[in-house]
Amino acid sequence: MTASHQLVPRLLALSIVGVIVQTAAVAQLPIAGASADLSPLLVMAVGLLCGSLAGGCFGFGVGLLVDIVSIQTLGVSSLVLLGVGYAAGRLREARDPEGTLVPLAAGALATLLFSVGFALMQFLLGAASPVGWALVRQTLATLVVNALIALPVYALVRRWLLAALPEDRRRRRRRTYTTGGLSPLSRS
Amino acid sequence: MYDKTVRRRRAVLGLLVAGSLILLTAYFGESGGGALHGVQRGTSEVLNPIQEGASVALKPVRDLFGWFGDTLDAKGKVEELSAERDRLRAELARQDNATYENARMAKLLKTTGALGLDRYGPKTGRVILASPTVWYATIRVNKGSSDGVRVGMPVINEQALIGRVTAVFNGAAQVTLLTDTSASRPSAGVSSRAGKRNVFGVLEPLGAGNPNDLVLENVAPGSKLKPGDRVVTRGTVSDPSHPSLYPPGLPIGVITRIDREGTDTEEIHVRPYANMKDLDFVSILTRPRAGGA
Repeated sequence: MTASHQLVPRLLALSIVGVIVQTAAVAQLPIAGASADLSPLLVMAVGLLCGSLAGGCFGFGVGLLVDIVSIQTLGVSSLVLLGVGYAAGRLREARDPEGTLVPLAAGALATLLFSVGFALMQFLLGAASPVGWALVRQTLATLVVNALIALPVYALVRRWLLAALPEDRRRRRRRTYTTGGLSPLSRS
Repeated sequence: MYDKTVRRRRAVLGLLVAGSLILLTAYFGESGGGALHGVQRGTSEVLNPIQEGASVALKPVRDLFGWFGDTLDAKGKVEELSAERDRLRAELARQDNATYENARMAKLLKTTGALGLDRYGPKTGRVILASPTVWYATIRVNKGSSDGVRVGMPVINEQALIGRVTAVFNGAAQVTLLTDTSASRPSAGVSSRAGKRNVFGVLEPLGAGNPNDLVLENVAPGSKLKPGDRVVTRGTVSDPSHPSLYPPGLPIGVITRIDREGTDTEEIHVRPYANMKDLDFVSILTRPRAGGA
C-alpha cells in the first residue's frame, strides 16, 4: 500500500475520532467561559501537512460530520472548514513556512476564519442574534484557547499522518544535508 | 503538469463548495421530516452509542480539567465569598426566629415540597454531547424514545428549567437550551411569571454566546418588577397550538437588571439559575401536563 493510499483511511479515522472527542469531551470543558474547538485545528494541521486539495476535502468531511453529529444545518460547517483547509494548504504550497510557531499562528488564524465565517453564515441564514460583547468575548476566548493547544494538536496530527505523508521538500532537504553531498558546510 | 494539478485542485474546490451550498439550501428548505434530516438522524442514531461510550470514557479527563478550572475559579472567589459569608452570618441570626416560625407553619400546612416534580415523570439522563459552537446551545442526553421521551418535553437540571427536547432518537434526545438563538431552530419563548405580583412575560434568549442572560419580553407597562425578582414558568407557551409545554412554577432564574425602565423599550434581563455551560445530568419531564395546567 503506497503512502497516498494510506493517507485516506488515516484522514477518515482522524476526522471521526476528532469529531467524537470534540463533541463528547472538549465541547463540555468550559475554559474561561469558552470551549476549545478542535475542528479548525485539525483541518489546519491537515492542510499544512498535506496541501490544499487534501486540506479542502478533509475540511469538507469534518464539517459535514460536525453538522450531522450536532444536528446543525448541513453544509454550514462544511463550507467554512473547506475554506480553512484550503487556505492552510495554500499557505504550505505558496510559502512553505518552517518556523516552530507556525502551527500556533496558523491555528489562531484558522479559528478566527472559522468563527467569523460561521458567524457570517448564521447571519446570512437569518439568526436573530445581535453582535454583542458576550459573543466577541466567547470568540476571542476560543481563539486564545485554540492557539494554546494548536501546537500539540498539530504535533499529534503530524505523528498520526507521518507514515502516510507524501515525500515533502523539507524532509528531502534534511536528508540530503545529513548525507553531506549538497550541504553548504561541505562546500566551504 | 503544473496546469493540470492547478485545474484539478480548482475543480475539486469548486465541486466541494457547490456540494456545501446544495446541502445547505436543501437542508434549510426542507421540513423536519425531509430526506437530509432523516439521514442526519440515522447517522446520529448509529453514532449515539459511540458518543455515549466516549463521553463515559472521557469523563475522568473532563473532571480533571474541571478540577483545575474550579480551583482557579475558587481562588478568585475567596474574597467575594468571605464577604458574603459575613453578611449571611448576620442574616442567619435574624432568620433563626423566622425559621422556627416557618417550620411550625410548614407543619401546619403539611406542605410536601416546593416543586413536587415527581408527578411529571422525570427521567434522569447523562449529557453525552454538547454543541461545539456558541451558535447552537444544544446538548444530547442518553434518554430517548425508548424511555418515553418525546419532542417538546421540558428539561431541567438540579437548579432550574434549562430547555426542551427538540429531536428524539431511540436511545438519546437532543435538547435545545433556553439560550439557543440559531436560525434553524427558532426558540419557543417560555411563558413566564415574575415577581410577587406574578407579572406575565415571555422569556427569550438575548443573543449567541450569552448563556447567562435572557430577556423577559411582552411585559405589560408599569409591571413594577425589580432586580432580585424570581422568574418561573407560567404553564403556557407563546405558540397557542402547543399549550402548556412547560408545567407551571418551574424555577427559571432571577431578574438582574432592567434597562430603560418605565419606557416602551424597557428590557428586563434574567439570569438563569442553571449554569448552561456546566450540565452533567439532567431530567426530562415526560408527563409535563400531569399537573393539570
